[in-house]
Amino acid sequence: MSRELFKFRGGVHPPEHKAESNGRPVHPAPLPKTLVIPLRQHIGTPAKPVVEVGERVLKGQLIGAADGYISCAVHASSSGIVTAIGPAAVPHVSGLPDDCITIETDGRDEWIAHAPLDWRAMEPADLRMRLRDMGIAGLGGAVFPSAVKLDPGAARHCPTLIVNGGECEPWITCDDLLMRTRADEILAGVAIMRHLLGSTEVLVGIEDNKPEAIAAMRDAAAGLDFPVEVVPVPAVYPGGGAKQMIETLTGRQVPSGKLSTDIGIQVFNVGTAHALARAVHHGEPLIARLVTVTGHVLRPQNFEVLIGTPMHALITLAGDREGATGVLMGGPMMGVPMPSLDVPVVKATNCILVKSAELFPPLPKALPCIRCTRCADACPAELQPQELFRFAKAGDFGRAQEYHLFDCIECGCCSYVCPSHIPLVDFYRYAKSEIWAREREKRAADLARERHEFRQFRLEREKKEKAEKLAAKAQAKRAEIAADATASGAPDAEAKKALIAAALARAQAKKAEAAPKNTDNLSPETQHEIEEIETRRAKIRELAHQPLEPEEKP
Amino acid sequence: MLGWSAIRFKVEGNPLAEKIDAILPQTQCGQCGFPGCRPYAEAIAKGEAEINQCPPGGEEGVKKLAELLGVEPKPLDEAHGAPKPKSVAFIDENTCIGCTLCIQACPVDAISGAAKQMHTILAAECTGCELCLPPCPVDCITMVPIPEDLPHWKWKHPVVMLKQLDREEAAT
Repeated sequence: MSRELFKFRGGVHPPEHKAESNGRPVHPAPLPKTLVIPLRQHIGTPAKPVVEVGERVLKGQLIGAADGYISCAVHASSSGIVTAIGPAAVPHVSGLPDDCITIETDGRDEWIAHAPLDWRAMEPADLRMRLRDMGIAGLGGAVFPSAVKLDPGAARHCPTLIVNGGECEPWITCDDLLMRTRADEILAGVAIMRHLLGSTEVLVGIEDNKPEAIAAMRDAAAGLDFPVEVVPVPAVYPGGGAKQMIETLTGRQVPSGKLSTDIGIQVFNVGTAHALARAVHHGEPLIARLVTVTGHVLRPQNFEVLIGTPMHALITLAGDREGATGVLMGGPMMGVPMPSLDVPVVKATNCILVKSAELFPPLPKALPCIRCTRCADACPAELQPQELFRFAKAGDFGRAQEYHLFDCIECGCCSYVCPSHIPLVDFYRYAKSEIWAREREKRAADLARERHEFRQFRLEREKKEKAEKLAAKAQAKRAEIAADATASGAPDAEAKKALIAAALARAQAKKAEAAPKNTDNLSPETQHEIEEIETRRAKIRELAHQPLEPEEKP
Repeated sequence: MLGWSAIRFKVEGNPLAEKIDAILPQTQCGQCGFPGCRPYAEAIAKGEAEINQCPPGGEEGVKKLAELLGVEPKPLDEAHGAPKPKSVAFIDENTCIGCTLCIQACPVDAISGAAKQMHTILAAECTGCELCLPPCPVDCITMVPIPEDLPHWKWKHPVVMLKQLDREEAAT
């Protein structure tokens, strides 16, 4: 009995270009001389370095610890010496550097002591924290820390677990090859996910253009002690998107602004399941992954690559050719251009796609939007891309948000079908980052307002407290004098006089106190000197008081 | 009925001033000529101040105020200063003599220190108002522009400007 499948709205059929790279077996990439391991490879707080420059590290050793709940650790991919901790080039479209740990490898590839985890006996929370400390993050592209996704919450449980083998993006074949060659390990990881989430139904969605992967996964699933349904799904881009895969397999949509767990479904990429199995059954942290190197190279193929390997090494390995016009990390639809080839492979690197003028001819000039709404027909998130474009271009971000800009998954279908060749997704990315920046500014302004208001309040309070203190003091003094006066039976005027007298006495006492303080314990000579000076002073004073000489008179 | 409504729907403070205050950047720099953002907001609400006196808010801020108040936006008034890139104050701790004058000048209590103790800026709280610069007797405070880093990086407006292309088309 085959499962009833559903169709999500929109989608496109770009040329697949999978055959270029999926015919060759997976090769391990050689150990590079230098590994550059970024501390920010996942969504959330960057890892905190726990090693020092000059320290020798072993393969699989923790070098950056997870910092907070939504964070993930990073590990040394091979043994060697830490030569630098600080900003270095990372695979980000901006070309800005970020904090990395650089390791000069020693070629020995010496493992740190590691052992499998007894996952069935462990507390789920402990197991999740171990996974976080082993650096497990989603390998489908978003790199969200898996430990967080494996927490179904206190009250909730996740009845459906979907394993995503869609790989809908053209050119990329790393998940395909992983499923063909390591189906058993993927399903071993799925068993642990199922255990943590308490799922009763496990579905593996694989696009029907990967028959070998489907067969391998079915074979592996037959030998399991729990039911796993391997479902071929029609190859439509972006059918491998999490929300699209959910809709195809279950017919349910994730509501806007909600998570899939809110409707009882969790989705993991096959690569993540494999990494999880390596971590739990072998004690190996996430230090390597499969990467497709394809496009304008001599031998497009998949490599098993250590995290931190520079991209140019892989392109050389696959055979670089003249006429390359740029490199994308990811596929042609969602990939981002790389600022340089010195950047390392990170957990998110599923594909290195070398462009050339023949394979990726430059787009014709963009023309004005004619509001043909072809983009709206193609949009799998059921948005109105032409309206979002209009608002983003005009800087009307409030309206863009009203039109659910944040439901856009940046799949690129709209740009792909646009007859005017407008780079629509770039406009949405621009609008999203502007909105985030404004929210940051708003938070900073609110903080400043709060602090300023508190300061005003504090100054006011201090002033008031000072005034009150003075008033209380004066009051006490007055009461004291009045008490004295009444005790001596003097009338009001007398009391006032007494007050003045008291004030005078106080002033005199103060004056006396202000007399020179260094006149005690003087030697007889100094004392004598002082006396002499005093007499001279007295004389001068006397002279000054004497009347002037008579001859000066007229 | 009117009397009842006056009590039932009584509004604390000036709601318009609140809304204006929410738009102002809260730098508390006083470049507008008022002792802080809130007094400036109140002055605008009363019609005693122009909307183009806030350099940290920039043209963007003027536009937002104009939209809120239903008036035409104006160019920023140069007399109140020009907009600058966002910066935070930085104290050279070798030169600081611990006089506390900057602490008293800071409108958001973003400087920590005590008499004859070295002072330092709480960078996350500093609004970049520059009010601590003039009182410093040893000129040990400088304004450092905030560098662009990965978490604060923004996608730029796409370079394919449709209008430009239109003009090119027209030229050919």
